[in-house]
Amino acid sequence: MSKIKMPKSNPSLDMTPMVDLAFLLVTFFMLTATARISEPVVVDTPSSTSDKLLPENVILVTVDNKGHAYYNINNYDVRMRTLERMATQYKATFTDKEKADFAKMTSFGVPMESLKQYINMDDNQRMAVKSPGIPLDSLNNQLGDWIQFGRIEAAKQAKEQKDKAEKAGREFKYEPIRFAIKADGNANYISVKDIIKVFTDKEIYRFNLITNLEKGDE
Amino acid sequence: MAEVNTDDGGGHGKHEKKRAKKSSTRIDMTPMVDLAFLLLTFFVLTSTFSKPKAMEINFPADPKDEKDRQKVNNALTFIMTKDNGIYYYAGEFYPPNNKDGKPSTALVKTDFSKDGLHKLLLDTHKPTIEAVHELEEKYKRKEIADTTLKRLVNLEKGKKEALTVLIKADDKATYKNVIDLIDELNVCLIGKYAVVDMMPTELELLNATNK
Repeated sequence: MSKIKMPKSNPSLDMTPMVDLAFLLVTFFMLTATARISEPVVVDTPSSTSDKLLPENVILVTVDNKGHAYYNINNYDVRMRTLERMATQYKATFTDKEKADFAKMTSFGVPMESLKQYINMDDNQRMAVKSPGIPLDSLNNQLGDWIQFGRIEAAKQAKEQKDKAEKAGREFKYEPIRFAIKADGNANYISVKDIIKVFTDKEIYRFNLITNLEKGDE
Repeated sequence: MAEVNTDDGGGHGKHEKKRAKKSSTRIDMTPMVDLAFLLLTFFVLTSTFSKPKAMEINFPADPKDEKDRQKVNNALTFIMTKDNGIYYYAGEFYPPNNKDGKPSTALVKTDFSKDGLHKLLLDTHKPTIEAVHELEEKYKRKEIADTTLKRLVNLEKGKKEALTVLIKADDKATYKNVIDLIDELNVCLIGKYAVVDMMPTELELLNATNK
């Protein structure tokens, strides 16, 4: 009798270890994951042997393969304040909601004139629209202003945090903002040079050029 | 009384009644597994593992005048152009029919292969590379500390006799070429390099050479 019963209980196999493993992996990925941010442009960066990590606190200028420039700054508050300064500079007005929306965005590559319209789009529309790039010629150097204001606001915020930390008796590790250029490998060097010129005009001489880590194939 | 506990007991008793109870304590975990794997897949696909890598580079401020650029001894100038083309010349640039009566500079073609650029740099930069290797050997034998090693290597790289590389690109060169070259310079332990603008005379020569 018992011999016949045995196979009957078999089909439901014990899944507990599998569930354990699955949840362990889920937890791991949840904790390590930094969600991939949707960028308005896909950039194929060239590879190099450098294994230095990109610093966290960074003003990033992306250059796509047509040479259009995109600007990004990570910090929410700094981003908002930078927009405010740009708005006064270029006599544009943004509502509080637009400012908050802008602060949540990633890279953008539109001139100030159409920025308002761009902010009011939803994510899908933003992905679909073709960005003309931020103007950077000497007559209308918006990129230069973005960089300059972003830098000033970042320094201001760092100082505020430092004061706050000192008041509370905590230690504050000051990390100056860095500048990074993420350019497409197929971009013309001249267009990248124009961007570098914008930086050097602002007396910024040290950059991080974002690259892929080269696969060791030798 | 011990119906539920039979799970732990395992070996004893194989009565039919107990068996029936035993299977009822099991929960069907399939939906949970489904969910777990769904989440797992989601996180695997959305997470970015590799943080972007970057190389740090200093760009020179605009030189004050043309003379500043040429006052480099032991220089190697690379000129990049369309179709991943790369030319170089050593030392100063002499345009044809120059005032000093020096023979005009000719551009030599090379490429990004191992026997091209890499070999050229290794050969030209030999003294420094050897010196650095010697220092590393010393470090391995624990004769010097790692901070000292770093300092000495930087000193060696920045020596006056060390090779200086100037990188120039025309309007058809791609950014990838420039990065590749800089990367190669880093590999070959060249510490003194700069990306600079091309002189009009050089551009003329380049266009004449690269037809």
